[in-house]
Amino acid sequence: MNDHLLSMHDLTAADVTRILDTAGSFREVGSRVIKKVPALRGRTVVNLFLENSTRTRISFELAAKRLSADVINFSAGGSSVAKGESLKDTALTLQAMGADAIVVRHSSSGSPLQLTRWVDAHVLNAGDGTHEHPTQALLDLYTMREKHGRLDGLRVAIVGDVLHSRVARSLSIGLVTVGAEVTLVGPPTLIPPEAPAWGVEVSYDLDGVIPKLDVCYVLRVQRERQRLEYFPSVREYARLFGLTSERAQMLPETALIMHPGPMNRGVEIDSDVADRPAAVIEEQVTNGIAIRMALLYLLLGGTGEAEAA
Amino acid sequence: MTATAMAPDDIRRALTRIAHEVIERDKGADDVVLVGIADRGDDLARRLAAEISRIEGAEVPVGVLDITFYRDDIGLRAEAPEVHETRIDFDVSGKIVVLVDDVLYTGRTIRSAMDALMDFGRPRKIQLAVLVDRGHRELPIRADFVGKNVPTSRADNVRVQVREVDGADAVTVRRSDDGQGDA
Repeated sequence: MNDHLLSMHDLTAADVTRILDTAGSFREVGSRVIKKVPALRGRTVVNLFLENSTRTRISFELAAKRLSADVINFSAGGSSVAKGESLKDTALTLQAMGADAIVVRHSSSGSPLQLTRWVDAHVLNAGDGTHEHPTQALLDLYTMREKHGRLDGLRVAIVGDVLHSRVARSLSIGLVTVGAEVTLVGPPTLIPPEAPAWGVEVSYDLDGVIPKLDVCYVLRVQRERQRLEYFPSVREYARLFGLTSERAQMLPETALIMHPGPMNRGVEIDSDVADRPAAVIEEQVTNGIAIRMALLYLLLGGTGEAEAA
Repeated sequence: MTATAMAPDDIRRALTRIAHEVIERDKGADDVVLVGIADRGDDLARRLAAEISRIEGAEVPVGVLDITFYRDDIGLRAEAPEVHETRIDFDVSGKIVVLVDDVLYTGRTIRSAMDALMDFGRPRKIQLAVLVDRGHRELPIRADFVGKNVPTSRADNVRVQVREVDGADAVTVRRSDDGQGDA
């Protein structure tokens, strides 16, 4: 593995397997009476969240704490950033305070990469603009592998606003890396034109795709996109691309229903579909902590110096 | 030069003797649970449990413990140590936990294992059974049950093989030439 985790492109299939296997051990830690191990005692992890995200921040915070690292949360509101400090100066300040890892969420694509040029700490991308969200992709891969026993050859549809979704991008790259078959489904306005170059199929017909799936991955609809005229109405979107009760009936019995959260019940997914046993949305959240523990452990658990052969 | 310290029969007899010693020391097997340290310690723990069950006629729970997250050298090595499985499907609180490992050397692994075990509950007692004690402790730790004491120098290499993983049982010691040769 590299010193940082910025993109799913950074990981080989072997890296993914190692991360998921390590996460499996951390799942077990999460089931103990004392859900904490001393692995990263004395290390400092900074959560630099310059775009709002309670869920991901809490998940990273819990992951670092369960590894016994010291955690500092730094968010935009009320911080020096609100006073006009630049990302660079914020980064250099964190560096001076001895951060070993910086977990960064930022509305600008590429800001985690920029950060690596300024600091020595390990940088983990927790979502940058419309670019990538690799830890979400890894927890999704973990959940799929746990439920299906494999990733190679798995048939996965990613449904919805792929264009603005960093989750869709990271997950597509990750799934292709491990040999799964990915189909992106959504209105043509919300499928990026370069998508076929990722090694995925594209379809505009959800009903045609559904009966062959092992995983139906539903993306969140960002309502503000409708105002920007990417699709005519929320109702029409729900009718054509929502995972309705009727559509969910057409899924194979073993198929999983996944969603990165937070859900708009009744828009991209019907409320009763989200509550079915096939929907593993809460397990995705639980697995997220284990994946983030694994990544922090693998990045911070070595000296990072020249490795012995 | 490599010498055999224990042949398959020696290992079998040592485990049988340790099983009797555990039963004698703990007055039966009622509250005894075994926890093997991954890897190879867990295979030995399962065999020891089978011996104790055979003698006492009672099932002895066996768990496997990976101590990676409790090591004291995390961050001192180039890469994060590889993680193995931990599975302790029973409550250790109030039990006599016999930790089982293949080789007792510096004692650091056992220190980690005791810390890890405490996170699962509060055992009444923790005891230690090892197949080989090779000396050179760096911590105040000693074993309660020892298969064989094998005097070594620090440069020697002690290798325990078990049939479950390696296909055959053996304990071998590769001697360094007074620390000069290819240790």
